[in-house]
Amino acid sequence: MMAGTAHRVWKFGDNVNTDVIFPGKYTYTVSLEPAALARHALEDLDPRFAGAARPGDVIVAGRNWGNGSSREQAVTCLVAVGARAVIAASFARIYYRNAINNGLLVIECPALAEAVSTGDMIEIDMDAYELRFAGQVFSFPALPAEVREIVEAGGIIPYLQLQT
Amino acid sequence: MGKSNEDMEMQTLTEKLLARSSKRKSVRPGEIIISEPDVILSHDNTAAIAEIFAQLPQAKVKHPERLAITLDHAVPPPSAKHALNHARIRDFVREQGISNFFEIGRGICHQVLCEEGIVGPGLSLLGADSHSPHFGWLGAFGAGIGRSEVAALWATGQLWLRVPETMRVTLTGRLNPGVTTKDLTINLIGELSSEGAAYMAVEFAGDGIADLSPDSRAALTNMMAEMGAKNACIAPDEVTWNWIDNTLKRTRPADWAERLDRFREHALYPDAGAVYAAEHRINMHDIEPMVSCPHAVDKVLPLSAIAATAVDLGFIGTCTNGRLEDIAAAAAVLEGKQLKSRLIVIPASSLVLRDAVDAGYIGTLLEAGATIGTPGCGPCMGNHMGVLAPGEVCISSANRNFRGRMGEADAEIYLANPAVVAASCVAGQLIHPAEITSGRQP
Ligand code: SF4
Repeated sequence: MMAGTAHRVWKFGDNVNTDVIFPGKYTYTVSLEPAALARHALEDLDPRFAGAARPGDVIVAGRNWGNGSSREQAVTCLVAVGARAVIAASFARIYYRNAINNGLLVIECPALAEAVSTGDMIEIDMDAYELRFAGQVFSFPALPAEVREIVEAGGIIPYLQLQT
Repeated sequence: MGKSNEDMEMQTLTEKLLARSSKRKSVRPGEIIISEPDVILSHDNTAAIAEIFAQLPQAKVKHPERLAITLDHAVPPPSAKHALNHARIRDFVREQGISNFFEIGRGICHQVLCEEGIVGPGLSLLGADSHSPHFGWLGAFGAGIGRSEVAALWATGQLWLRVPETMRVTLTGRLNPGVTTKDLTINLIGELSSEGAAYMAVEFAGDGIADLSPDSRAALTNMMAEMGAKNACIAPDEVTWNWIDNTLKRTRPADWAERLDRFREHALYPDAGAVYAAEHRINMHDIEPMVSCPHAVDKVLPLSAIAATAVDLGFIGTCTNGRLEDIAAAAAVLEGKQLKSRLIVIPASSLVLRDAVDAGYIGTLLEAGATIGTPGCGPCMGNHMGVLAPGEVCISSANRNFRGRMGEADAEIYLANPAVVAASCVAGQLIHPAEITSGRQP
């Protein structure tokens, strides 16, 4: 369906928590409008990100991405920016679920996370379940069909809207 | 694949619980299943979830009898905004015909749903609360999920889940006096880290469990959320059944026997040959009082290493350590003493408060100078009833000490067992309770 699309990388480290992905102080004051969410994405981690990220960019990170609170804004702010995916060595489980259920592609791939840096271009091949970078190929496990359908619909709410 | 048929039949307690909730014979770690939980939990966040639910075509909740809603996170409402939130939730409850609704003052969701016999052995719960692993102390499945997912569950009754690998923690020996399951979990989280059980189920096993009281078991499973676990569980035993029997007779005089029968029928136990992805053994005799230091639960030190740290106030309460046994431990320390630091005590439920009054514990706490709050979460997540001022140091019986959790970002939170909290408030500094009760007070 989307064989070998190219994406620019933003690289981050281990244990990035939801507070720095979307600061808690905005959870009750910033509206859920995408533009408002996008403005604060990763604000406390890399202040350049919100201004410089382009639709289609991907986040690549180390272990335990998204640990901490269960706030969904930590996912939806990246969707608002237009991020195609988060690729990490590992994810905190509620973040992983929130991502899928809000239509953000999440891929666990420790080897690629190790290999790339900010500004690198990688390819995502969702049909072959492969990531490609600098001539190297990194495979990742297929998302189960039920879960992939939810991501492709843009999240669990749009998915259920389509069902009826 | 790769597993023989025989292996497939041997399942951990979590695998059996998930097999039942997905109407299957067996499940394997890594599989995606469609689960139909018996109970769907939400609390003060119900109004926000109802807004997401309104985007769905379904006007009515599919199984209103499966929803359980408690008002507990900010009760009684500390502001007009909070009061409006509660009012919206009451409207939703009325419109949708939800009978498992618990008003302000009844207590914290995790405690109340156990006391009311809404969750019990063999059942499964998904909740819009990250401490939902709590329910595993009854031999149930409980896991936390996001708000959109709860809205989806209300609409369809189903949700996808990944079957977790199970870590087994085998407990042997006995806890020393003054040491509790809280110390055991802080110790374990310190060793394995806050992601030590990420994506995993934790199953407590071993002959040490038989000696653990019901109140202290709930702290074990509750705290596993802080190790990244999806759920945590303990197979039901005589202690579990006696607690359910005694408690339901009080809370459900009309139908306690039916509920008990249902739980007996549903109860599940791990197979002897089940496959565990990780094994840990703890001799409980080796554990000493432990403290989580600011600002991470896995930043752990033995109490002895940081004794004499000055504290401004203490907090005893929450779904982790706000039960009768916890309040009894505090009362034992405070008997005949006066507090140097403020102490806020908030029972986890109205039932706990009632028992604590009857047993005379509340009188003892009041005489020592403690403040008693309405059953609920209190200041645990910084809503009200004892939030911290800038720079204040708190010793708390709660489960989380993240920066800013109880108020100002530069306040510091230490986590410990309730007797340590009480003793530290007598001394004005972190101290082992034995030093207070033996009269060697500084
Ligand atoms: S007591 Fe604290 S941890 Fe428990 S449910 Fe309430 S806010 Fe959450």
